[in-house]
Amino acid sequence: MSSDSTLGTGASVKKARRMKPPAPNAIVGGTLIGILLLAAGTGALWTPYDPLKLSFREKLAAPSALHWLGTDEFGRDVLSRLMAGAATSVWISILTVTLAVVMGTTIGLFSGYMRGWTDRIIMAFNDALLAFPGILLALGLLAVVGANKYGIIVALGIAYTPSVARVVRGTVLSLREREFIAASRVMGNSEGFTMARHILPNCIAPLTVLATSMFGYVLLAESALSFLGLGVPPPAPTWGNMLAGSRPYIGQAVWLGIFPGLCISLTLLGINLLGDAVRDRLDPRMRGSR
Amino acid sequence: MNTTAAPLLDVAGLTLKIGGSGRTVVNDVSFQVFPGEIVGIVGESGSGKTLAARAVMGFIPPAVRLEGGTIRFDGQDVMAMSGKDLRAMRGSKVGMVFQEPMTSLNPSMLIGRQLDEGLALHRKLDAAQRRALILDMLKRVGLRDPEGALTAYPHQFSGGMRQRIMLASVMLLKPALLLADEPTTALDAVVQRDVMELMVELTQANHTAVLLISHDLGMVARYCSRIVVMCQGDVVEQGKAEDILARPQHPYTRKLLSAMPHRLPARLLPQAKTPIVAVRDLVVEYPGRQGFFRKEQAKRALHGISIDVQPGEVVAVVGGSGSGKTTLGQSIAGLVKPAGGEIRFNGKPIARSDAAYWDYRLNCQMVFQDPYSSLDPRMTIGQLVGEPLRLVPDLGPAQKKARVAEVLAEVGLSDGFAERYPHELSGGQRQRVAIARAIVRRPNFVIADEPVSALDVTVRAQVLELFDELQKKHGFSCLFISHDLGVVEQVADRVIVMQDGRIVEEGPRDDIFDNPQHPYTQKLLAAVPGLESTGEGGVRLFWRRAENDASIVG
Repeated sequence: MSSDSTLGTGASVKKARRMKPPAPNAIVGGTLIGILLLAAGTGALWTPYDPLKLSFREKLAAPSALHWLGTDEFGRDVLSRLMAGAATSVWISILTVTLAVVMGTTIGLFSGYMRGWTDRIIMAFNDALLAFPGILLALGLLAVVGANKYGIIVALGIAYTPSVARVVRGTVLSLREREFIAASRVMGNSEGFTMARHILPNCIAPLTVLATSMFGYVLLAESALSFLGLGVPPPAPTWGNMLAGSRPYIGQAVWLGIFPGLCISLTLLGINLLGDAVRDRLDPRMRGSR
Repeated sequence: MNTTAAPLLDVAGLTLKIGGSGRTVVNDVSFQVFPGEIVGIVGESGSGKTLAARAVMGFIPPAVRLEGGTIRFDGQDVMAMSGKDLRAMRGSKVGMVFQEPMTSLNPSMLIGRQLDEGLALHRKLDAAQRRALILDMLKRVGLRDPEGALTAYPHQFSGGMRQRIMLASVMLLKPALLLADEPTTALDAVVQRDVMELMVELTQANHTAVLLISHDLGMVARYCSRIVVMCQGDVVEQGKAEDILARPQHPYTRKLLSAMPHRLPARLLPQAKTPIVAVRDLVVEYPGRQGFFRKEQAKRALHGISIDVQPGEVVAVVGGSGSGKTTLGQSIAGLVKPAGGEIRFNGKPIARSDAAYWDYRLNCQMVFQDPYSSLDPRMTIGQLVGEPLRLVPDLGPAQKKARVAEVLAEVGLSDGFAERYPHELSGGQRQRVAIARAIVRRPNFVIADEPVSALDVTVRAQVLELFDELQKKHGFSCLFISHDLGVVEQVADRVIVMQDGRIVEEGPRDDIFDNPQHPYTQKLLAAVPGLESTGEGGVRLFWRRAENDASIVG
């Protein structure tokens, strides 16, 4: 995902992009995320060593020319595991964000457009869910659906749905007071068509920003769940369970904890910078074109 | 006025540029204001009138760079003043009244505290003296309960009252110069006149000079002794108000004057048997707030309105804010559900059958007030104009495309506009798009809700002309909703005057304008000055109701 493809489409956006050089935070964020995606893409197809292959002769080896980032307590190559972990983590994050965005958008659109009692009941439920920290909600849900890759996606997806629903509903509420919605109704368009043609496309800008930042949260939450032992079960590597597994060896093999931790931190930094840049880029256009 | 005295404000060769692009926004502007005089700066949006006036206060936005020129206030160079001197000058010697009464008072501060702020800062008086001064001033600006106002918040007052309070807070300090930036633009016509009159009275009493910035030529001509006309950063003409009105020299001034709405000869319309749209006893209620435990009373916005619109007729609905004119338009357009009454299209009630409803739906279109919010920002002009055709049966893609091109040509947007997005267009062009969208289905009936209120004077004239042309060409009937009597006088065949959700008077345009019967109609007409062409490009200012002339002396 480069900075370009996260932006909305349309000639006007392209024009705005052409006019302004990218901001420094977009460059740094974009580079970090570019590296992550490259690593994840490569990691899914090819890694220097088999990330699951045990080699007791080389256990807890320090970083060297052979194993660039060292090996863990079972002699598995840390770099290979980080790359494979990146693929798993990114895949989980993308699916989770997609799930949350699709569910949240549907709920938010429906609720904001219907208003009245429908809106009040949906939003009361939504707010009740929002009151729980996302990770706590996910923990509870994981206990129900079971701790595996798809369980995480479902649990985190549901946990992050309320915030998407809130944002979409707010946007819909402000959009539906605008005159072009009235114009569409005067034309004789049905409510469904008006929603799909005029309201949904105009929600894309705030959604893009939200989805970008949510990607970071989900990645962190996934790591946290894996760290707690509720994530992707071993031996499959994820950054979270690698970090968790490094704990007993922190004194003798510090690289085991540092590298996964560094990966998580840098990815979050990149996501946040990129999210800021996307927001800066979209906001003035929305204001300028009203 | 003693013009031999030293000017109070002397702006010479003022040039302002936008920092980044180097575009000149105010170019070599010079004008003077003498003590006690009222000077008007007139111009359309982008003329630099507001920037030039704000520079007087030393308020130049960060992005704007001073290129040259001097501003002398009372002999002192404003640009060379230290921050401390500048702050002492603001408020105490130069006051400012802004356009938007809803945002110029701090909503979280009591009125009394806000008025006290300036006095405490600039005058050495004790609390009791300040309070006496404030009460006296509030009484003078016409507040019924000054004591109570001291402990009230701004949201408890209407827009007109807030503008009076704003005026009071500025005039408390008896400044030598008052900058009024579109002080009444956001107000109703009737309130507008009261506030302007109050402003003139207060400033004359204190010998305060006024620099009035406005796009409204009629108002400026009415109250100012001298006028400065600005266009795209340049002063194109300045001089005595009468001279400029009677003998405008610069082509732009002439254009501005000729853009003022004027009455056209009355049209003779063939009387049809059935009106195209007939509204009977329309009642609209807005439900009160519904909480979990309580229910507020519904508010009735329209009390049984009946209107007939003949084929090809332009019926104007006028009234102040809150008169229900917009609600009327929206309920006829089907955006607001009426609580009672009936709408008949071509003699058939639309609520009774689906066929009649769809006939009406396809034949009734609407043009909205704000061209910035009535166009979907994510669609191209071609898509926007073509959208209504989606519901027209038996129209192929090629025919649709041809129709869109035809309509865009009709509104003067033929050259490649179809591919552009709304934000690339000016306000006037956007409103042309909105009109094109309304007429693309060739409707029999168009509702226009304040279609030109958001536009500049010269653009407004062009859009009105276009509208008139299209109306004649296609012969659609129109319900034209407006608060602007000048515009109504130009376009309407028949006029309906509304107040508080009721029709107070209706009749042919000439009858309403020349011989109004209802007191409210008379008041409305009295509030706005008219401009009458004297031939050879000049105009003459007149009040529509003769009996008012005695009460105001300019």
